[in-house]
Amino acid sequence: MTLTVPALSKHPRRSLLDRASFVLGVASAVGVVALLFLGLVVSPPAILYGETVRLIYVHPAVATITFVAFGVCALASLAYLWPRTRSPRWDHLAGASAEVGVLFCAATLVSGSIWGRYTWGVWWTWDALLTLTLMLFVVFVGYLALRRTGGDPVARAKRCAVTALLAFLLVPIDHYSTSWWNTLHQGNTVLRVGKSPLIEGWQLATMLLSFLVFAVLFAWILLRRFEVESMEARLEDEGYVWAIAERRAEGR
Amino acid sequence: MWRDALLVAGKDLRVEARSRVTTNQVVPYALLVLLLFGFAFDQDRPVLAAVGPGLFWVAVLLCCLLAVQRSFSLESSDGARDGLRLSGLDGGGVFLGKAAAIAVQLVVLEAVLAFGVVVLFGTHLADPLLLVSTCVLATAGLAAAGTVYGVMSAGLRVRETLLPLLLLPVVAPVLLGATQAWLAAAGVVAGSGWRWLSLLAAFAAIYLTLGVLAFGTLLEDV
Amino acid sequence: MEPVIRFRSAVALVGPFPVLAGVDLDVYPSEIVLLEGANGAGKTSILRACAGLLRVVAGEARVLGRDLVADPRSVRRRVGLLGHSTALYDDLTVADNLDFAVRASGGERSGVAPAMARLGLTGRLPASRVASLSAGQRRRVALAVLVARDPELWLLDEPHAGLDADNRDLLDALVTDAVGRGRTVLLASHERHRAHALAGRIVTVAGGATDPSVPDRRVRDAGGPLGFGPRSDAPGPEPGVSHVA
Repeated sequence: MTLTVPALSKHPRRSLLDRASFVLGVASAVGVVALLFLGLVVSPPAILYGETVRLIYVHPAVATITFVAFGVCALASLAYLWPRTRSPRWDHLAGASAEVGVLFCAATLVSGSIWGRYTWGVWWTWDALLTLTLMLFVVFVGYLALRRTGGDPVARAKRCAVTALLAFLLVPIDHYSTSWWNTLHQGNTVLRVGKSPLIEGWQLATMLLSFLVFAVLFAWILLRRFEVESMEARLEDEGYVWAIAERRAEGR
Repeated sequence: MWRDALLVAGKDLRVEARSRVTTNQVVPYALLVLLLFGFAFDQDRPVLAAVGPGLFWVAVLLCCLLAVQRSFSLESSDGARDGLRLSGLDGGGVFLGKAAAIAVQLVVLEAVLAFGVVVLFGTHLADPLLLVSTCVLATAGLAAAGTVYGVMSAGLRVRETLLPLLLLPVVAPVLLGATQAWLAAAGVVAGSGWRWLSLLAAFAAIYLTLGVLAFGTLLEDV
Repeated sequence: MEPVIRFRSAVALVGPFPVLAGVDLDVYPSEIVLLEGANGAGKTSILRACAGLLRVVAGEARVLGRDLVADPRSVRRRVGLLGHSTALYDDLTVADNLDFAVRASGGERSGVAPAMARLGLTGRLPASRVASLSAGQRRRVALAVLVARDPELWLLDEPHAGLDADNRDLLDALVTDAVGRGRTVLLASHERHRAHALAGRIVTVAGGATDPSVPDRRVRDAGGPLGFGPRSDAPGPEPGVSHVA
C-alpha cells in the first residue's frame, strides 16, 4: 500500500497577511513615536492634575481596547461554536485576541492604579468599573490557562470557546453586581469628577490620537499573534500526514 | 433527559451515601474554615457578627470546589468516564443529574454552616424567606457552574489547580449577590435584599441553559 | 450480507498521533474475529473506534449500519466494550453497579439477576463494595454487565486477563453462546491458545493498520460459529490521508 505524502502546503493568503501586518507595524511605530512626542513634549501639564494628566494619553484608550479585545474573543468563539461557521481560524482569532486583551487589561489596571495613587491617594478603590475590570482580567487569565492545557486541538478549541462565551454572557451580571454593590457602600465622587477633566487644544488632540495609535497597535499585535497561532496549528495538521507514514512503518 | 438526570443524581448520591466523603470530610472542613476566620478576625465578635454572611458564602464557595472535584474524580477512576460515554446517556441529563447531586450536598453544608455562623460568630439572621430563597438560587448557580467547569477540567492533568482558577472568578457575582442579600436579611445593610435574587436567578439560568446544551460536547472531548 | 463492521482506510488520532493509520476490516454477523499484533499495534484503538469512543477522522467506518465518521455516538447502546478498565464505581456495591450500568444504557433490570448468577456473583458478593473485590472478581462484574445488556456487538479487549482457568472456560462459553444467539464478537487477546480455539478468523494488526501482507487466517471451517468468508479480496481504496475532518 503506497502512501502519498504531500509537500507542506503554501498558506493561501500568506502574502496578503504579510503586507497587512507590515503596513500596520510601520503605522504603529510611527504612531507611538508621534504620541510620545505630543504627549510628553508638546501638550502642557494640566492645572489640576499636573504632570499626571499625561496618563490620559494612555489609560482611556488602552481600557477601551481591552473591552474591544474581549469582545472580539467572544464573537470569534461564538463563530467557532456555530456549526455553519466553524473553522479553526475563529479559534486562533479568539485565542490571539484574548491574549492581547489580557496584556491591555494589565496595562489598564496598572495605569489606572498609578493615576489613582496621584489623584485620590490610593492605589485601588472598589469602584464598580475597577472591580469589573479586575474580574474580567482574572476570568481571562483563567481562559488563557485553559488554552494551554494541550490535548486534542478540536476538544481544546470547544472547551475554550464555551468558556469565552460564558465569560461574555456574565459581563452584564458582573456589571450589575459590582455597580449595585458599590452604590450600597460608597459613592466615588473623585472618580466622577476625574472622569471628565476639562481638556482642550493639544491635550484633546493627543488623547484622540492615542485612541487611533493604540487601535492600530492592537490590530498589529493581534494579526501577528493570529499568524503564529495559525502556523502552529498548520504544523500540527500537516505533521500528521508524516506521522501516519511513520506509524505505518512501525508495522513493517 | 429527566429520566437520565434522575438516574445519574441517584447514582452520585448513592456513592456519597456509601463513601460519606461529604459528611465525614467536607462538613468538618467547612467548620474548620469558620474556625480559621475566627482566628483571623481575632475573635472580635462585633466584626465577626457583621461579616458573618460574607464568611458564610466564602466557606460555601470553598466547599463547592471540593464537592465538584469529588463529583468528577469518581467519574475519572477506572474508566468510569468511558462507561458514562458508552452508556449513551443524554448529555443534558448527565449535567442535570450531577448538578443536582452537588446541589443536595451543598444544601446540607449550608445548613451546617448557617448554624456555625450563628453560634460561633453571633450573626443575627432574620427574614427566613429571603435567606432560604437566596440559598436555593445561589446553590443552583454554584452547582451548575461547578458542573460545567468540573467536566471541562476533569480530563486534564492540571485539573486540581485549573478548576479553582476557572470557577472562582466566574462565581464571584454569586458571592456578591448572596452576601448582600444575607446582609440585608441580617439588617447589617439597609435596603431590600430581594433585588439581588434576580441577579442570582439570572446567573443560575445562564449556567443551567448552557450546561444542558454544551455538556454532551464537553463530556465527549477528553 | 452487510457486514457488522466495515472499516476502509480508517484513520484515528489521539492528539497529533495517529493511533489508527489506515485500517481495513470487515466483520460479518455471528463471526468471532481475533485481532492479533504486538503491543501498541492498535488493537485496543480498533475496539474503541468500533464502540464510538475514538473518533475516526478519515476513511470509512460503519458499525451496525451506522456511519461512525458522521456520528460516533449512534452505536453506543448497541455495542458492549470490555476494556482494560472495568468502568465500575468503587464505592457502590456489585448489585448497584450492575443496576446503574444496565439502566444507564437503556437495558432491562430483569437481566441483572440471571447475569449475576451466570458469572457466579452470588452469596455475599452482590452486596459487597466493588473496592473490596479482587481484580478477577471485578472483571467478572464487568462481564456480568455485558451479559445483562447482551448487545449486538461484543468488543472484548484482553478478556482472559486476570481470570482463573474456570472463569476463562466460562468466558469462552459465554462468547460461544452469544454468537449462537446471533451476536458478533471482535476480540483482542494475547492468550494465543485459547483465542485461537475460540476465533473463527484472525486479523493481523501492525503499525496502526491491518497488515495486508498477512492474509486473514480461517481457524475453523466447520462447526462452531459461522464464518462468512474471508475478507473481500478486492483491496480497499488507498488511505485517504489528504485531509482531516
